[in-house]
Amino acid sequence: MLIRKPADIKSSEITPEHMALNRRKFLAAAGVATAGVLGTGKVLSAFAAPHQQNDKPNTYEEITTYNNYYEFGTDKEDPSKNAKNFQTRPWTVKVDGLVKKPADYQFEDLVKPYKLEDRIYRLRCVEAWSMVIPWQGIPLADMIKRFEPLPSAKYVQFTTLMAPDRMPGERQPILPWPYVEGLRMDEAMHPLTLMTTGLYGKPLPNQDGAPLRLIVPWKYGFKGIKAITRISFVEAQPRNTWQLANANEYGFYANVNPEVDHPRWTQASERRIGQFRRQKTLMFNGYADQVAKMYAGMDLRKNF
Amino acid sequence: MFVLALLPLSYIAWKFSTDRLGANPIRELEIETGLWTIRMLAVALLVTPVRRIFGWNWLAKYRRMLGLFAFFYACVHLSMWVGVDWFFAWGDMWHEIVKHRYILVGMLTWLILLPLAITSTKGWVRRLGKRWVVLHRLVYLAAVTATIHYLWAVKKDTFFPVVYLATFALLLGYRVIDARRKSSRARPPRSGASAAA
Repeated sequence: MLIRKPADIKSSEITPEHMALNRRKFLAAAGVATAGVLGTGKVLSAFAAPHQQNDKPNTYEEITTYNNYYEFGTDKEDPSKNAKNFQTRPWTVKVDGLVKKPADYQFEDLVKPYKLEDRIYRLRCVEAWSMVIPWQGIPLADMIKRFEPLPSAKYVQFTTLMAPDRMPGERQPILPWPYVEGLRMDEAMHPLTLMTTGLYGKPLPNQDGAPLRLIVPWKYGFKGIKAITRISFVEAQPRNTWQLANANEYGFYANVNPEVDHPRWTQASERRIGQFRRQKTLMFNGYADQVAKMYAGMDLRKNF
Repeated sequence: MFVLALLPLSYIAWKFSTDRLGANPIRELEIETGLWTIRMLAVALLVTPVRRIFGWNWLAKYRRMLGLFAFFYACVHLSMWVGVDWFFAWGDMWHEIVKHRYILVGMLTWLILLPLAITSTKGWVRRLGKRWVVLHRLVYLAAVTATIHYLWAVKKDTFFPVVYLATFALLLGYRVIDARRKSSRARPPRSGASAAA
């Protein structure tokens, strides 16, 4: 198939050994007793762990069973259960709007020209939990160059597949469907922004947004739109779904910012999944050196 | 009944110790103990209506215990937040309480339940007399604030909070109507008097 592995980094190198062990143990521990021993062990080690920044990647198990993906249910475990039989082929991505080369791309054709890159990023959810995730994908900038956007294109708008028959969550009026997200052109072209097709060196699991999702590591997780079927180049700032749903709580920029609280949750600290103690949230999720200059002079309290 | 009321806690503890609470067990512990507080309140408040409607008077002796279990689950819930979620970071917790209204309402709920739990003993019932009944009507307020705490904590899936809110409204409505009926029975029938005039 067309998912090529990069020659320079083997995925085995970014798969920590403890995780491989965990998976093996997990299979062995079908019995309650064994699972109990494991669980207690994990809990005890979590208690003993000191309070510190630790960017060890989360396990495949954690990343694939704790998902916010309302198209497949609102509970964290729902997507892993409800997206099991979701068909991601054939998959078409419509590219339209202010570009020289608008087209309907087959997923395979869309990713074919590029070498997939491995990127280990922190992911900070607006709900004050976080993970470290080894993604695999294509820098969005490389993809955008191929579409040749016009100078009038100021924003990129992304749209999730609208298919209530295949995505049970879309049958519920929880959010205005389909899910829409957007980036300013300079954010979209930033080298950290990743069109993601894989996780731990394997094709993206359905519950994590297969076949194609966005990852913008300095923004809250909800900017990472999943199952993308349309990329539009537009002049006006797109109205993203969570902003439409509740403009007081979710904005367009959604940059991780410990100084601007969400009305209901603190954003000053976060719980890294798998760790017992909270840790401090970093400005721009720790990517300030690379991205802060894009927002120079902006009031980040207003543009939250 | 005592064992029955402890089953949810045992189930949660079993899930925790066997690593079945998912990737974020601390959040699950908070959600589950919070939900069981609300459920216990609902069960405790169901005792009187069920007793009146079906004549199951033997239920009366369990009402206090069920109410105390609601408080017990509220205490477990609160201690999860204080001791596990925030690990006794008092300053940060204070910030949470004053800045986030759902935390404030949750705290308020616990503060309403506290005096009710203290005055649940026979001695206090005797000492307070009629005032005890008035004081313990506050449990309906606690049920409502607990559910608002739940409603404000969820993002968009407000179905269950609304169901609980409707349940408590129904239970309170029944008690109000029941009390009216009783008081009109106790008084001389006014409609009869006007008919005679």
